[in-house]
Amino acid sequence: MSAEFATIRPTLAEAALPATPPRRRPVVAIVLFLALAAMPLAVSLGLPAHWLTLVTRAMIFAIAALSLDLILGVGGLVSFGHAAFIGIGAYATGIMITEGRSEALLILPVILAACALFAAITGAVSLRTRGVAFIMITLAFGQMAYFLAQALSAYGGDDGLTLYERSTLAGFKLFANRTSFFYVTLTTLAGCYALISTIVASRFGRALRAARENATRVTVTGYDVGRIRLIAYVISGMIAGLSGFLLANQTDFVSPAFISWQRSGELIFMVVLGGVGSLHGAIIGALAYLFAEDVLSSWTEHWRVIFGPLIVLFVLFTRGGLVGIIGKLASKFGGGRDD
Amino acid sequence: MTEPVLALSGVRKAFGALKVTDGVDLALAPGELHALIGPNGAGKTTLVHQISGMLRPDAGSIRFRGAEITGFTPEKRARAGLARTFQITSTIASLSVLENVALSVQARASHPLALFRNAARDEALNRPAWVAIEAVGLTERAHVLAGRLSHGEKRALEIAMALTLEPAAILLDEPLAGVGREEGERLISLLASLKGRYAMLLVEHDMEAVFALADTVSVLVYGRVIASGDPATVRADPAVREAYLGEEG
Repeated sequence: MSAEFATIRPTLAEAALPATPPRRRPVVAIVLFLALAAMPLAVSLGLPAHWLTLVTRAMIFAIAALSLDLILGVGGLVSFGHAAFIGIGAYATGIMITEGRSEALLILPVILAACALFAAITGAVSLRTRGVAFIMITLAFGQMAYFLAQALSAYGGDDGLTLYERSTLAGFKLFANRTSFFYVTLTTLAGCYALISTIVASRFGRALRAARENATRVTVTGYDVGRIRLIAYVISGMIAGLSGFLLANQTDFVSPAFISWQRSGELIFMVVLGGVGSLHGAIIGALAYLFAEDVLSSWTEHWRVIFGPLIVLFVLFTRGGLVGIIGKLASKFGGGRDD
Repeated sequence: MTEPVLALSGVRKAFGALKVTDGVDLALAPGELHALIGPNGAGKTTLVHQISGMLRPDAGSIRFRGAEITGFTPEKRARAGLARTFQITSTIASLSVLENVALSVQARASHPLALFRNAARDEALNRPAWVAIEAVGLTERAHVLAGRLSHGEKRALEIAMALTLEPAAILLDEPLAGVGREEGERLISLLASLKGRYAMLLVEHDMEAVFALADTVSVLVYGRVIASGDPATVRADPAVREAYLGEEG
């Protein structure tokens, strides 16, 4: 700041400055996590027991959807290959358990490193493009990972890999018990949510959000937009890898289907269903998606015939996803905060 | 004469057969307000794009603070202290005025991409931002989203963002375009208040503003500088009158 410029400051009395708007409290997110934490209790009081498994599975996908929301919602990058990171996490888990290394403290660093490397390489290439080209390149990298998994004949190839053992965490068999698995997953999800929320509110997050809207402005302000996006892509990929670890342990099975482009599409839909860019929307979207799938598939095996049109109607008639609807209801009843 | 902050020599750029920049030489002295005028299609914005790095010249050199920057990326030029505004205002619509300016302050901070500290309540960013906001007269509007500002206010915001880059030179691409009379006058007095403190290259159509503000005027026609000098000399130049001023009446 030049000297003359700085002298303007004393004329600015602190009291004369307009008040900083109050911090928005993540009311919906807090209610959501409390409700999730009460699930095991609700099951012991009479809710169907398979709901606990279903919610655990939904929370695992919520971790992946949440990580996707960081690049898709916050960064404006529609990645159609995000399931690849779930696949890397799941296969790393499956292979290491098969080789007799079931300790999570050994598996997780491998997953994080592998996902970071895959994200750095594929991101460096795909982030040179935007829009439809970006979607296509991320799709291509995703399919590459899919065919690679199919070719892994030593670890099941096309048929997939059955796991006869689950991971331990620091020697404790936390993944063997349904309730403890639930709480480990919930803790991971809450941790990822806190981490990503913090990142979005940080200097880095502000630059990432700004670049989604106006990359030119951010560039001429002195930022390397490509680098910002690559960092976000790597963080996102590493978090999605965690969900792969949990998924492999929950299903006791790993297969190329984990990496299919349909799975990547489902993740995008979860984010859109919940509300793009809001983070807790991705969690709500994943829960809603898996519940809808569960309910509809219990009615008929042709549930996709119902689910497809429902998705179309939903996208057509709701802007801002479920979070948007919750916000509207909150402001209608009692003028609550709309976040 | 002192060494210029910004010096262009022999800058050329062609789009196919069309020579949009045809051997431009231009020098911007420290603290000078240099106006660049010319009819529509003369290549003024294309020249600003080349100076800010958004387009690369086919030939010629651009020197900034004594260093060759012709091959620099736009972000590298910005970090070196070359700020710009846009003909079509360019701000982050969903961020408040304060956040837009703080984003700009942040670019020059020691950790521009810190991952964990909250940015919105970071006084190290907000304090300099408030100073710049005050300097352009937007204090009362600081918490309004940039997308809700009037056209003139967006211009002022862009200028505030440019100021926080601690620029050695500011490129202003038609800051008065599309702005109403009253806001235009406010912007002119804002530019007048900054005059002498920053070297500014002002691309502008509003002749009244140009002749009121500029120390030097250069006239660009078909990608060439046909005249350059103090406002009175340029205004009297017959070639200029024929090429440009005449048709303005």
